[in-house]
Amino acid sequence: MGHDDLPVAARVRRLEERVIAAGLTTDGELDAILDDLLVNASPVNGARMVARAWTDPGYRETLRSDANAAAAELGFSTSGYRLRAVENTPAVHNVIVCTLCSCYPISLLGPSPGWYRSFAYRSRVVREPRAVLEEFGLTLPDDVEIVVWDSSAETRYLVVPRRPEGDLPEGELASRVTRRGLIGTAAI
Amino acid sequence: MSPYSPGTRVRARPGDPAHHTRVPVYVRGHVGEIVECEGEWPLPDDRARGITPPRVETVYAVRFPARDLWGAGAHSVTVDLWESYLEEVTTDGP
Repeated sequence: MGHDDLPVAARVRRLEERVIAAGLTTDGELDAILDDLLVNASPVNGARMVARAWTDPGYRETLRSDANAAAAELGFSTSGYRLRAVENTPAVHNVIVCTLCSCYPISLLGPSPGWYRSFAYRSRVVREPRAVLEEFGLTLPDDVEIVVWDSSAETRYLVVPRRPEGDLPEGELASRVTRRGLIGTAAI
Repeated sequence: MSPYSPGTRVRARPGDPAHHTRVPVYVRGHVGEIVECEGEWPLPDDRARGITPPRVETVYAVRFPARDLWGAGAHSVTVDLWESYLEEVTTDGP
């Protein structure tokens, strides 16, 4: 069965036709949004931002104070939301979730993983993050404070993991940053 | 200008409105601390009801200790809440 024959594709098309008929959008506008989101969206973008912040103190400062500007500096679109980078330190580990739905900076992290949208992750990570992170294979020392960020409004979060040891060049660092690292469910 | 500065103690609106809202149930009635202001955004409660123009309010990141939310846990949960979801707490007792 081809993609166009799937029941969900037919449902989506009917929905598109209704919103276009209602004058809320156009086919061209929808195509542009999909191109922007799905063609250009990748965790490679978030990884490049993190690696730049690790190697360039000026960029790190921009990322802290105005993360939308930091994304734009590398050519990444973050329109329609406020981007906030939360930095892991030896004392604090950050992890992001959207308990109400699945808010997430798609353009910088790529399409969200299934587990990020699952009821299990969304309900448990706010309640017992240490146990959830353990299940992801991330064991944090007892004295590390865990801060969970619930994206319940118009801010999207990006975790800046701790920089790996060693004097690696920026490109090499970027290649080590994973999507899970950018969500906070893995160390780099 | 927004009235809540970082460190201000606020209570998330208790109760369940008859319309759409974005106050997660698990923080309703709980006291947290303002972390930072996130700028002004249209209120989803109005947008979902087709009220035009919707009210535009300041959104705040509010940090809640896990122990208060769940009775256990050393972590904290930071939730983004529109201003009308919050009331300032002036005393410790309810």
